[in-house]
Amino acid sequence: MARTLFDKIWDAHVVDRMEDGTCVLYIDRHLVHEVTSPQAFEGLRAAGRKVRRVENTLAVVDHNVPTSPERLSETNEPESALQIATLEQNVAEFGVTYFPMSDDRQGIVHVVGPEQGISLPGMTIVCGDSHTSTHGAMGALAFGIGTSEVEHVLATQTLLQKPAKNMLVRIDGTLRPGCTGKDIVLAIIGKIGTAGGTGHVIEFAGEAIRALDMAGRLTVCNMAIEAGARAGLIAPDDTTFAYIQNRPFAPKGADFDAAVAYWRTLPSDEGAQYDKLVVLDAAGIVPQVTWGTNPEAVIPITGTVPNPADEADETKRAQMERQLAYMALTAGQPIAGTRIDVVFIGSCTNSRIEDLREAAHVAKGRKVAAGVRALVVPGSGLVKKQAEAEGIADMLIAAGFEWREAGCSMCLGMNPDKLTPGQRCASTSNRNFEGRQGPGGRTHLLSPGMAAAAAVTGVLTDVRELI
Amino acid sequence: MDKFTTLTATAAPLNIKNVDTDKIIPARFLKTIKRSGLGKSLFADMRYDEQGAENPAFVLNQPKYRAAHILVAGDNFGCGSSREHAPWALLDFGIRCVIAPSFADIFFNNCFKNGILPIALPEAVVAKLMDDASLGTNARLTIDLERQLVVRPSGEEIAFTVDAFRKHCLLNGLDDIGLTLEHAPAIAAYEAKQPAWLPKI
Ligand code: SF4
Repeated sequence: MARTLFDKIWDAHVVDRMEDGTCVLYIDRHLVHEVTSPQAFEGLRAAGRKVRRVENTLAVVDHNVPTSPERLSETNEPESALQIATLEQNVAEFGVTYFPMSDDRQGIVHVVGPEQGISLPGMTIVCGDSHTSTHGAMGALAFGIGTSEVEHVLATQTLLQKPAKNMLVRIDGTLRPGCTGKDIVLAIIGKIGTAGGTGHVIEFAGEAIRALDMAGRLTVCNMAIEAGARAGLIAPDDTTFAYIQNRPFAPKGADFDAAVAYWRTLPSDEGAQYDKLVVLDAAGIVPQVTWGTNPEAVIPITGTVPNPADEADETKRAQMERQLAYMALTAGQPIAGTRIDVVFIGSCTNSRIEDLREAAHVAKGRKVAAGVRALVVPGSGLVKKQAEAEGIADMLIAAGFEWREAGCSMCLGMNPDKLTPGQRCASTSNRNFEGRQGPGGRTHLLSPGMAAAAAVTGVLTDVRELI
Repeated sequence: MDKFTTLTATAAPLNIKNVDTDKIIPARFLKTIKRSGLGKSLFADMRYDEQGAENPAFVLNQPKYRAAHILVAGDNFGCGSSREHAPWALLDFGIRCVIAPSFADIFFNNCFKNGILPIALPEAVVAKLMDDASLGTNARLTIDLERQLVVRPSGEEIAFTVDAFRKHCLLNGLDDIGLTLEHAPAIAAYEAKQPAWLPKI
């Protein structure tokens, strides 16, 4: 029978199948960070268990680390410092490979995995974080888990799971200049909604997806979870293999050839059936920006803020009104031209070298507008170094951007980088929930180029006017 | 995980819909390294005022409900984030059973992983139990998991459904890890067949 990419990865990892269809699913890669792991290690210790496969496990710090240039000598918030110290004790005690803040390889867990060649096609990859879906861009089945499941994977290298349904999102045609993977995925969520993928694994396919580089694909899969999907997937191809070759933890020489031969068998078979199909035309996508407090509240930068009066459903209308009030926007106003206070370029969605190049291209020779605070937070220490070597960092610094150390930073209000109440932020991250970037903060999600355009003009701006 | 067989206890009424995980345990308490100790922060924003003093009107601050082990709540209990701090906080306070018309998916799963029994019952039935609960310590409920019954103070028995596998785990105090380890030979056999090119971290 013709199988999908998801079916093939699933079948290859079933260790045992129980009567009710629950499977013991083998996990190839377990990524661990400081926030959702302490209780899992505590449980392991209490039960006298070991980490079953340390060679499948990698730990990094990202959520709670400061990103200031002086962070190694600064004192962190005591509770964050304790979470980091606890992770360091745990990895030492259990023998898990770990990238600390002082290591250039440290960064956001979802940037580090692909960058190091740790996340590979055909693998099952989990992490105690919902944006684990990112790694699906490598052609891997990757999803977020809770802390009990973190402990479960540490102890058994497996999870108890039932298979998801298959959904195909096909993006035909060619993206127009100034548009990116971020615009594709925001447009998809705008179309299918934040629950559009519930119970499904979404496979992204079509000409426009094939044409994306790995950074763009990682951005698309990163936000699959914002469409409610269990995971996102993109079939591995020559772009994937070229990206992986020579990465530190990737197979080398004959092993690489053997791996590629296997990876080439993974793409969905001709005639494979999906439970759901969505098709979008890339040529119709315009740079996107969110206006509300969930990612489906998205419009083209050329659009106007929607009017609740046009919404027939009463609950939805009330929700829209609440969103407009929180975001301090008026129905019908053009979204372009909205004043912003902060620009955040970073997060596991958009902090790779390609994203920073895109931002620098717009910022080059321009200045951050008066009164705007603009941060660039590379996704890893290695991205930061590369950007410095390419001269991107200098360009951004000359334009007035803050140049930071790697971490989750202002993506979530959990470390020192936060919005203050009422501040409006153009952000390349993935969640615009109330208070996500700090209590009372207002978030507009957009691409790195759009974020840079907002920084230099001080208002939400169509990036195509600046390139 | 502690076994769950029968439980006779005071039930606290929390007649609110859509109690999200942020209400159960506000985000600022997530920076902990322990599962335990979250009980004092359970429902913090409703339970304490801005100075940290107890709000006497909140149900769990009333003397008759301080030792409640059952919570009767409104529709869609536990919606929001996937963090397990929500069931941990309930458990640490002493809640072993939550009864509501419906639950959010992930929260519902997380309860079973932590020895808490979530029971979904029709709105009208929950309303009756809410009335019982409002009588405080004089009206204790009994939960009999083996027979799948909630027994009202009047003696009336109300049947509930529960997934057979999860019931088995709760009754025997089995956690998923213990169960999965019964598959250890199959896991080892799987590992032995993995391709040679698969790199190690
Ligand atoms: S960057 Fe944001 S979304 Fe990504 S892992 Fe960190 S906190 Fe989560």
